[in-house]
Amino acid sequence: MRDVTRVAFLGGIYSNYLALDAAIRAAKARGVDAIWALGDFGAFGPHPDRSVELLREHDIPGIQGNYEESLSSNAEDCHCGYTDPRDNHYAQISYDYTFAKTSAAYKQWMGTLPKQARLELGDQRLLLCHGSPRQINEFLWESNTPTPFIDRMLDANDADLIVCTHTGIHWQRRDDRGRGVVNVGALGRPANDGRTNVWFAILTSGPHGVQTEFVPVEYDHERLAREMTEEGLPDEFVETIRTGWWTTCLEILPAKERARGQF
Amino acid sequence: MSQLVQIAPLAPAEGTFPAVPMLGLDTLWFQVAGTICNLECTHCFISCSPTNHAHAMMTLDQVTSYLAEAKRLGVREYYFTGGEPFMNKSIFEMFEAALAQGPTSVLTNGVLIKDKTAERLQALSDASDYSFDVRISVDGYGPEDNDPVRGAGTFDRIVEGIAALARVGLNPVITVTEVCGEAGTRAGRTRFIELLRSLGLAQPRLKILPLLRIGAEEQRARGYHKWESLAGAHLTGDELAALQCSSCRIACASGVFVCPILIDAPGARMGDTLEATLRPFPLEYSACFTCHAEGLSCAT
Ligand code: SF4
Ligand code: SF4
Repeated sequence: MRDVTRVAFLGGIYSNYLALDAAIRAAKARGVDAIWALGDFGAFGPHPDRSVELLREHDIPGIQGNYEESLSSNAEDCHCGYTDPRDNHYAQISYDYTFAKTSAAYKQWMGTLPKQARLELGDQRLLLCHGSPRQINEFLWESNTPTPFIDRMLDANDADLIVCTHTGIHWQRRDDRGRGVVNVGALGRPANDGRTNVWFAILTSGPHGVQTEFVPVEYDHERLAREMTEEGLPDEFVETIRTGWWTTCLEILPAKERARGQF
Repeated sequence: MSQLVQIAPLAPAEGTFPAVPMLGLDTLWFQVAGTICNLECTHCFISCSPTNHAHAMMTLDQVTSYLAEAKRLGVREYYFTGGEPFMNKSIFEMFEAALAQGPTSVLTNGVLIKDKTAERLQALSDASDYSFDVRISVDGYGPEDNDPVRGAGTFDRIVEGIAALARVGLNPVITVTEVCGEAGTRAGRTRFIELLRSLGLAQPRLKILPLLRIGAEEQRARGYHKWESLAGAHLTGDELAALQCSSCRIACASGVFVCPILIDAPGARMGDTLEATLRPFPLEYSACFTCHAEGLSCAT
């Protein structure tokens, strides 16, 4: 068996099967040894089963996000972890749609996925999780995840690198030895930066340790926007896909991340 | 800013009580201005005022030494409260020290925030990789609701403080406590968001505190009942983990207490260092009942 040296990590897909398809191609074109999906396959976008079909067709291993946990246990909401009433209003629309449109067999399959996974890449021990190592829906944003706290999480979990998603904005902070956090961002919606592309991450181990590459993914976002409208999803969601600015789930953003966005 | 909730007596009730475990110190509070405040709100649960010296101001040395300990322990976030934090002369140095190692919030009544203060806060925020949040509380939607509680003329001064922050590009979180009936409604919310926009905040961040405070006030008015305690109660692991005291502590000039709510309860002082307080705490106070029943958290 060939050594695994290059792995792609896909963050929240949120039913954006068009971006998922483009990301899988981009990852393969870059010669990855493996692709991992870090949960939240459905949400926000149209036709949730299409993303699951793609993951299964390509044999992509995955871990559960809060969506998979909720869908597979017939929960009444997504447990996204929002606290604001407007955020929760839109989160509920997204969850109800996704719940209704996800097939029973896929829901059951989601429940069979692990909640975390471990990988070794070069000399680094990776811990893959959706939110944080201790909580599936904990938000690790760049501006509220301080270095001492990262060290505490790594020590508590015997890991060198936490690879996570859940926030929807990619970032990383790693020390000289490469220890730290890589939040791989999301394929499901843009990074609240006024651009329509979405992101995933590739980690490559080499002579200088494990390097991170954040990969921008262009896809047919107009088509996704049309399909979302056809499916009756909120105009606010469609606007995000078309403009690259978040219009919902804003109150959970820390001050710095909020200030970079339009709304 | 200590208008979090009205609380019944701070003497422990009788009986056997569940103990909350310390799951990991995520949130460290600083009672940085002690109980000294420039206002004297009627609902202040620790009765802060210009002359209440029950808790002293913290010194810069005290704060930095707790910060050093917090760094070793991997604390995630810092909150500064009082009294009124801006009454502390070293407050900017304290913010700077905290922002060097983690995201930081200050709970203030806002009336001391003039243009110069706002500029310094903006510079501190810019210089840090971490988020800096200024949280300002208002009681209701205008002077008619706010001033009877916070003092004559305070609504206008609070609003001036918010506008000063907006002018330098800082975006405070505004907490509205529900004292008037429409605060929780969509119309009330919209009206307040419009007010914040008119003050120059393009992305209003509004948090409406739920009705729990009113419920708690009613409880207080009724007086303390024995059943309003966790005596004999069994809390599940998840319920205990949901209490803020499973992951927070508050440093005061006189030592480290279990949580921001109980700083007037001598039995809630847990030690001189943070490390010494990383142990379970028995939930003996009627305030603990309120926390559990209402899902209260000071960090909003
Ligand atoms: S502003 Fe001062 S008096 Fe009013 S609630 Fe806050 S600490 Fe108490
Ligand atoms: S008052 Fe609330 S936060 Fe404080 S110890 Fe009791 S339950 Fe915990």
